[in-house]
Amino acid sequence: MIPWGASMLHAIVVLLVCQLAGETLAHFLALPLPGPVIGLMLLLAALLLRVPLPTETEGTADGLLQHLSLLFVPAGVGVVQQLDLLGAEGGRLMIVILGSTIIALAATALTFTWVAKLMGQDEEHGEAAE
Amino acid sequence: MTRFVDLWVYLSGTPLLWLTATVVAYVVADAISAMLKRNPLANPVLLAILMVSSLLLISKTTFPAYFAGAQFVHFLLGPATVALAVPLYRHLPEVKRALVPMLSALLVGSVTAIASAVVLARYLDLNQAATLALAPKSATAAIAMGVGEKIGTNPALVAVFTVMTGITGAIVVTPLMNLLRLKNYAARGFAAGLVSHGIGTARAFQVSSLAGTFAGIALGLNGLLTAILVPLLLPLLLK
Repeated sequence: MIPWGASMLHAIVVLLVCQLAGETLAHFLALPLPGPVIGLMLLLAALLLRVPLPTETEGTADGLLQHLSLLFVPAGVGVVQQLDLLGAEGGRLMIVILGSTIIALAATALTFTWVAKLMGQDEEHGEAAE
Repeated sequence: MTRFVDLWVYLSGTPLLWLTATVVAYVVADAISAMLKRNPLANPVLLAILMVSSLLLISKTTFPAYFAGAQFVHFLLGPATVALAVPLYRHLPEVKRALVPMLSALLVGSVTAIASAVVLARYLDLNQAATLALAPKSATAAIAMGVGEKIGTNPALVAVFTVMTGITGAIVVTPLMNLLRLKNYAARGFAAGLVSHGIGTARAFQVSSLAGTFAGIALGLNGLLTAILVPLLLPLLLK
């Protein structure tokens, strides 16, 4: 077995190897899924099959997801550079995006809750608000 | 002054400067968000983007020069996607139990996200290119841009709408769900990830790990479904 230590470095190795394997599979099998998503499935499979992983894997994954917001900053800055694409319709575009976002959020969450209720599942599982 | 200029020339040629600026802007934005008790309007992604964009404008830095440094942060999106397996594994019993509600919400949400955007755009008389580019806006950027190319609109415009939808959803999701009196954090997270992909998922993880897990699932599933549905629904919506 692999002599995993309790270091974050080993956890990063696990994440990178899963992503690399995912990219490789996606490429060779011409899968319609992005490589990192296949990497996610591979790591999930490893967890379910109780493959020995570094003890820090959970902590490192949690740490990365805790600050997921940070990772969208570079792409967001790129978008700000292209805001002139919106042109004269900018105001109306924002109305469409705001309206559609609100409608879709409500439709999704209400459907989820209604179906869960129909199936007799309790509504309030999960943690309290922040 | 010339010494400062020399230093600037030297630093702006290395990736370190904009990498550091990106992380510092986020740390400051996150502190402001914490100070304002995580008020959704003080969205850390939006604040950090505004700070960095102002710096680029003031220093007349081009985006490629910025991205030479920021790419290291951007790269981590891949490993972070893989990392979603950990909370998914942890919450697997809840996820299995919610399979039917989840798939129903996926179908309704995905169709609503596409149709409401196209119908509203036509109602407000937006140009054809923008109307098309709005259709895949709830899918994660890489998928949305691919769909944009397929339906013959500008992928750069699609990327702009995608990020705007991400930030808008991350800001409105908490007040909207409170208004609707929805207390099911699986449902709230699922909606955030479905409509606002990664940025919504990041917001959901700020609220709770359960909400974040369901957001991550929704982000993946709706990416796939949007790619399938947009080409099918567009001819009906544009009639």
